[in-house]
Amino acid sequence: MKLTLKIWRQKGPSDKGKFITYQLNDVNPEMSMLECLDVLNESLIERGEEPVAFEHDCREGICGSCGFMINGVAHGPLPATTVCQLTMRHFKDGQQLVIEPWRAAAFPLLKDLVVDRRAFDRIIEAGGFVSVSTGNAPDGNTIPVGKEIADRAMDAAACIGCGACVAACPNASAALFTGAKISHLGLLPQGKPEQDRRALGMVAQMNTEPFGSCTNIGECTGVCPKEIPLEVIAHMNRDFWQASWKEREDLVQTIAPVTSWSNKTKTKS
Amino acid sequence: MTLDAHIPSGPIEQAWDKARFEMKLVNPANKRKHTILVVGSGLAGASAAASLGELGYKVRCFCFQDSPRRAHSIAAQGGINAAKNYQNDGDSIFRLFYDTVKGGDFRAREANVYRLAENSLKIIDQCVAQGVPFAREYGGMLTNRSFGGAQVSRTFYARGQTGQQLLLGAYQALERQVHAGTVTMIPRTEMLDLIVVDGQARGIVTRNLVTGELDVYFGDAVVLATGGYGNVYYLSTNAKGSNATAIWRAHKRGALFANPCFTQIHPTCIPVSGDYQSKLTLMSESLRNDGRIWVPKQKGDKRPPSQIPEDERDYYLERRYPSFGNLVPRDVASRNAKAVCDEGRGVGETGLGVYLDFGDAINRLGEHVIRERYGNLFDMYQRITDENPYKVPMRIYPAIHYTMGGLWVDYHLQSTIPGLFVAGEANFSDHGANRLGASALMQGLSDGYFIIPYTVGNYIATHKFAKVDESSSEVKSAVAGVEQTIDKLLSIKGKRTVDSFHRELGKIVWDECGMSRTAQGLEKAIGQIRALREEFWQNVTVPGSGDDLNQSLEKAGRVADFFELGELMCIDARERNESCGGHFREEYQTTDGEAKRDDEHYSYAAAWGYGGADGKPMLTKEPLEFHYVHPSQRSYK
Repeated sequence: MKLTLKIWRQKGPSDKGKFITYQLNDVNPEMSMLECLDVLNESLIERGEEPVAFEHDCREGICGSCGFMINGVAHGPLPATTVCQLTMRHFKDGQQLVIEPWRAAAFPLLKDLVVDRRAFDRIIEAGGFVSVSTGNAPDGNTIPVGKEIADRAMDAAACIGCGACVAACPNASAALFTGAKISHLGLLPQGKPEQDRRALGMVAQMNTEPFGSCTNIGECTGVCPKEIPLEVIAHMNRDFWQASWKEREDLVQTIAPVTSWSNKTKTKS
Repeated sequence: MTLDAHIPSGPIEQAWDKARFEMKLVNPANKRKHTILVVGSGLAGASAAASLGELGYKVRCFCFQDSPRRAHSIAAQGGINAAKNYQNDGDSIFRLFYDTVKGGDFRAREANVYRLAENSLKIIDQCVAQGVPFAREYGGMLTNRSFGGAQVSRTFYARGQTGQQLLLGAYQALERQVHAGTVTMIPRTEMLDLIVVDGQARGIVTRNLVTGELDVYFGDAVVLATGGYGNVYYLSTNAKGSNATAIWRAHKRGALFANPCFTQIHPTCIPVSGDYQSKLTLMSESLRNDGRIWVPKQKGDKRPPSQIPEDERDYYLERRYPSFGNLVPRDVASRNAKAVCDEGRGVGETGLGVYLDFGDAINRLGEHVIRERYGNLFDMYQRITDENPYKVPMRIYPAIHYTMGGLWVDYHLQSTIPGLFVAGEANFSDHGANRLGASALMQGLSDGYFIIPYTVGNYIATHKFAKVDESSSEVKSAVAGVEQTIDKLLSIKGKRTVDSFHRELGKIVWDECGMSRTAQGLEKAIGQIRALREEFWQNVTVPGSGDDLNQSLEKAGRVADFFELGELMCIDARERNESCGGHFREEYQTTDGEAKRDDEHYSYAAAWGYGGADGKPMLTKEPLEFHYVHPSQRSYK
């Protein structure tokens, strides 16, 4: 099949960048989108031109490295599919594909289709974990976890951190990503002790990064290759408000004790 | 040179306790004065970096991807073994140890494997505590599935994404330490050389993959956890970026490379469909729990599978191996698939495929149960092949999946260079000539969480560290060497792309050093690889410059190392005149076509020293002793 690829080319972060159109005449419908770019790149290198830089690694839809917009849709037209598993048979002969990188202030562009997604790591760093050092753990069956809870936690934990949610969101919000981790850990008994800290820390970090706010549009879950449900955002908001409220009570108690009883000074003496 | 594996004396059950007690400790206040470099952020690297950080060491962790969460451990599907015996089906540490030594066809070191089986219990506990959402029973308890090479159910899993969930657990532990300030994460950075000063590993030379800058990082110990070298074959189930550069450059600096020819072919991958193909996709071995493997009895039978009646199907694994059936180990399953395809009974357009049929299981259990167990794998299959495996049997074919060989390490996971430790798939230690399913995740985490933190500490406590800086001659020459290689690759400006060389190399190694090997074929392959390598250094074209993000340049450096490693694989395979595990030499087989070991002459780990670009690698043998599991002809019949 024949395809026209209109691809965003940009040499570096400070370069202006522009679309360049390439014609491919011999696309095998069984190829993946990335293999199609491989073929294009081989021909560019043979012509002495620089190949299109794009991020990829596992090519099995699990590492989360790959991702770009195809005709305005993150990861292209197929639901629950990353570009590495999107086969060309889903396009029509002679179709034009406009390929551009994730565009979000929080994901600065490095080259062509490659962007910097380290903001996601910083959000995890701010609380997306259970504080259990190596060697601390009790036997795995000590804490029973109901199957329904384990399954829901797994649904949220399936996030691959590709960034499609941010790219698809008109606000470039990272709420689905952040909510997924807060839900995964918050649902499980192992994550409960840090539920408040986690929500406060991760949301604060998310707000520090140049992501936009969530206005419940739902584009994120629509393009998510792992179909992370929108409810994780509600979960995040609930955990965040609950934690904020508890924090506030702590503040009231520690800053303004009304009587000597209320801050327990009497028992101390 | 003689190799001392430092295996503790005394009963195997007490070996690791004894070793740990004998290890010297580092005072907590002194730990932060020591920098440890961890290269790679997969299961082994991330867990080692996190655990070392928790202990208080100053850790720098490197990965070539944009984030440590991308490492290819993430793609492991089926599960992780542990001898918990939660199923009350007769499992024990000793049985896991026994199965692993036997599964590895008696080419692994007993003491290491025993420790691995012991650690398996703690790994599950640690991962559960981290919030890894393992599959559960309705009562809330952990559940298990069966895997190849074992008759007990000891595999813990998180749908078909076990590797992802375990890696994210380790990644989160790592990010927690980044937050605590003990670990500095350095992504998009590739290690290009090891710095050895006064015989000790003291640093690495890296290239920043975004700016092209070369940097030197110093440390008191270096841990390589950079994975395997399956991408020598070009088409494999490895990630596109998976490479052997870090271990190969360390090898060139003096670390011995053990058993390079022990590579694993995974029996259940989606068959190759065309020349453009960039990688192969694995379908988890767990599918063999419920899927039945068959081919038509008739040669060249082109009828669609639904029209081939039951009595004209050959369920060849069930026929040949009645007690293990479809759950024979990977090497056996792969070889049998190749055999039936060679007979002309393969299916699909290329004839290189066999059916994996879920019809019976769906009739017995209902489609919803199969969907629950393997839904995401079935979806993936359908996305790639456009066929619905609930209705039509899957077509599968073996593909390169894992490399048992790697840098030689002793019981402490220390290579032959003091201060250079190697963890996970990058070392050779635990799987012998064949790895059992669901054991790679176990080994990566055992090494990273429960071995490296102790043994690196012991090394730090028992060695002195002279000051090193950029001015030392070892550092200058290492950096200059890296610069030269990069300049050379950019200046050739030949006619062929890096990928075209890589594809050709892969084909040579797959044909002659893949599922079956012969002395003659290996000899031929060595000649072809040398000639192709020569052409590479004269005719490769690498566009762009070394001063920015240049993916062609990254690939070129990796492929240059694959040439040298591919040659060593063939040399090792030629040297080993026996068949064992994944290494099947056609000259050495039993009358019914099973691998025939030669314990008298080849019961050793082959550790190779670098022999120079055109020199001859030097072989040192580490004899293997079996006191607990007696080598026997492996039988799964």
